Amino acid sequence: MTRAFPFSAIVGQEEMKQALLIACVEPRVGGVLIFGDRGTAKSTAVRALAGLLPHIETYENDPYNAPVGAQAVNGEAKTRGAPVMKPTPVVDLPLGVTEDRVVGALDIEKALRKGEKAYEPGLLARANRGFLYIDEVNLLEDHIVDLLLDVAATGENVVERDGLSVRHPAKFVLVGSGNPEEGELRPQLLDRFGLSVEVETPRDVDSRIQVVKRRDLYEREPDAFCDSWAEAEAALRMQISEAQTRVRELETGEDVLRKASEICLSLGADGLRGELTLLRAARARAALDGADAVTLEHLRAVAPAALRHRLRRDPLDEAGSGARIERGLAEAFAP
Amino acid sequence: MNAPEPVHRAWDRARLAAALLAVDPGLQGAVLQARAGPAREAWLEILRGLMNEDTTWKRVSYQISDETLYGGIDLAATLKTGRAVHRPGLLDALKGGVGVLAMAERAGPGLAARLSAALDGPGAPMLIALDEAADPDEAVPGGLSERLAFHIDLSEVSLADLEGDQGIGVDIDPESIAMAKVRLPHILSGEAERALVETAVALGIDSLRPPLLALRAARAAAALYELDEVTEAQAGLAARLVLAPRATRLPQPEQAEDAQAPDDQPDSAESDAQPEPQDERSGDDEMRAPDDMTELTLEAARTAIPEGLLAKIEAGAAGAESGGAGKAGAARKEGLRGRPAGARRGDLAGRRLDVMATLRAAAPWGKARRTGLSRFKPGPPLEVRQEDFRIKRFKPKAETVTIFVVDASGSLALNRLAEAKGAVETMLADSYVRRDQVALIAFRGTGSETLLPPTRSLTRAKRSLAALPGGGGTPLATAIDSAEALAHAAARQGRSVTLVFLTDGAANITREGAGSRETAQAEAREAAKRLRAAGHAAILVDVSKRGADTAKSLAEAMAARYVRLPAAQSGALAEIAREAAA
Repeated sequence: MTRAFPFSAIVGQEEMKQALLIACVEPRVGGVLIFGDRGTAKSTAVRALAGLLPHIETYENDPYNAPVGAQAVNGEAKTRGAPVMKPTPVVDLPLGVTEDRVVGALDIEKALRKGEKAYEPGLLARANRGFLYIDEVNLLEDHIVDLLLDVAATGENVVERDGLSVRHPAKFVLVGSGNPEEGELRPQLLDRFGLSVEVETPRDVDSRIQVVKRRDLYEREPDAFCDSWAEAEAALRMQISEAQTRVRELETGEDVLRKASEICLSLGADGLRGELTLLRAARARAALDGADAVTLEHLRAVAPAALRHRLRRDPLDEAGSGARIERGLAEAFAP
Repeated sequence: MNAPEPVHRAWDRARLAAALLAVDPGLQGAVLQARAGPAREAWLEILRGLMNEDTTWKRVSYQISDETLYGGIDLAATLKTGRAVHRPGLLDALKGGVGVLAMAERAGPGLAARLSAALDGPGAPMLIALDEAADPDEAVPGGLSERLAFHIDLSEVSLADLEGDQGIGVDIDPESIAMAKVRLPHILSGEAERALVETAVALGIDSLRPPLLALRAARAAAALYELDEVTEAQAGLAARLVLAPRATRLPQPEQAEDAQAPDDQPDSAESDAQPEPQDERSGDDEMRAPDDMTELTLEAARTAIPEGLLAKIEAGAAGAESGGAGKAGAARKEGLRGRPAGARRGDLAGRRLDVMATLRAAAPWGKARRTGLSRFKPGPPLEVRQEDFRIKRFKPKAETVTIFVVDASGSLALNRLAEAKGAVETMLADSYVRRDQVALIAFRGTGSETLLPPTRSLTRAKRSLAALPGGGGTPLATAIDSAEALAHAAARQGRSVTLVFLTDGAANITREGAGSRETAQAEAREAAKRLRAAGHAAILVDVSKRGADTAKSLAEAMAARYVRLPAAQSGALAEIAREAAA
């Protein structure tokens, strides 16, 4: 299998990269939505994540990636094997997927052969403790998106169908990407994603050449290309894993809390979820920077991604929420 | 062999494209614009002759179901063997092969996304999309066509063209392809990277996939022409074959060079804060003489920009890429989605099996069948037969398409047009919330134009509405005709249609485009009656200043609900549209 394009070799797209790194450090920000033109490295970036994430400790054959020491979900204790280190799962959810595949279903083989009602875990089980990626999320059938968001929010997959009754942990970071030309995402779904970024192709010729060159090199000699970026990737991996430890110890000062509330109020961002995401993202950003405390700069850096999709929006406002949020932030941070 | 002359004939370029695909399958395929005919067959034959003999060729239908595409449980075999037997899907069979997607312009965004994912994945197939679009509204979905390197127009190729065999300057046969394949990994790109990227920018191509594909094509061409490095000729060829058909604007060479200067700040790559591999940066600064190559490449592309494109640009259309992709109904199959509505006995073709109901149906027979089978050999505890199959049934959610037919003629004073636009926008916003599809037809001058085929994309709807110019005559009959055609197409795909006309009903242009008020009125009335017979829900919004009798009688003729705009301010109008659709 060919290696994924290295994350650090992606030219530009800083906001998207930041959002994904934040989700690595603090999975509780609640998912990332990436919207933008074709050919802007959306899926490349997400697939590259797999190479950056630290390994997780689990059992060899545990279909739910249960942490070592945790109870087996459905009596797999006998079959789950010895504890091992596995790469953090980054599971691709293909568009044509059926509900059965996602949530898991009756194990047909066992049902036919032994007349036994057994549960066959689906993609949600595989994504537990990792990432679940949906390309073209706006084309996915609505009922599946609903289901995913529901599970992502509760962290648990409850199956009550075909005479089965199973529940298993499904804690994952949902990453969706899409192209607005092909249809928008329902507004109700938008704010279920923690962070939302908009990407576009780089405008200046030199960056564009840079992108074409790197991609071309990668396609011609993937191994050599990945090797030449191994050092940068290792550094980034280190940064993430340090930030994961650091993020729990960070202090958030009164001024930052106050400012976060102010921003949300002045922008009219709905609900408390926005404020919470904003703070969590700022903390993750600070941890990535190796800072000792969360500052207003960190808040400022993550505010667009955390709030962009939460503004009560007029779908016909040509300026889009990007401009409004910039204006709002400029006001909020004015001395 | 030396660098050849530019290849002039369309057919020769098409043949070259086939050869390049055979040299580098990473070019992923082509969009072939042509009706079924000798040229298309000949081209496919050439490609077939150049590819490895054991390459799998499969036809892909635009109506293909997920079941066929991805495979699934082979139920008959599963029941027979008692273990889950997986039936491979078309995509599995296509690994490393060639898929021919017939009537690609009818493919919906769903299928396009699925195929795109296959093209991006390991073991990517080559895809030849046969585009038989009859009118400019139809096009191969953008996500798909963007990944296929060559966009070849064979519609102008004549039979006589197919005979000739000169004009390429290289032999195209399996041996030369095989040799080129060996050479390909060692071809240097030279200055082609910069030249092709700059050309793409000058042609208004936003995505970065096209220049990347052009670069590959240029290298494949260099390999075919037995060179070590890409020269101007190959870069030019690649620009013609890959970039020119995607152009969204005419190149302006002087500005193209200026434009890159102010943007030179290294804000992107450097901020990664890690060392750059040397082999990349070195090419950039000192060897900055490639402007010649850009110039030549751009020139080559310019000569190959299709004529129709110029017309589009002049008309202010959004560009080649935004067309099409609206005909999504194809992939929609009745009864596979929606709310579950119980199970029933039935045949499995493409449906979903309700396993529990099936087992339940089989269970009572267990003992009887076992004894019937054989007295001596114990059978399986449960035997499931064809007649036990139970199919899941779903109540499909009926989708609604709202077709707006907007009068942009001169009889509407300009400010009324603005109001009409405002009204459409309000209804658009409402459709958006309800996830309906919208389509937009405008009429003025001597004809009507489908600005937007049915879509859910509000972005596109807004854009085409904003770009709508006003003025000219009122070809009402033509407009009603095209609205009916669009409504008919949508209804055939199982959607309910609501038509919204915004006009003052003052027809004065006939179907032939002549300016006769009387004939035009009679024709409009007749068209309206035909529309009534079709039985779609319709609303006519009278946008004249004081309410016009013409509009009122037209509404009666088409059995449409008559609304006057002053009364129908924003919210009210949306309310009316919703009622009509219900």
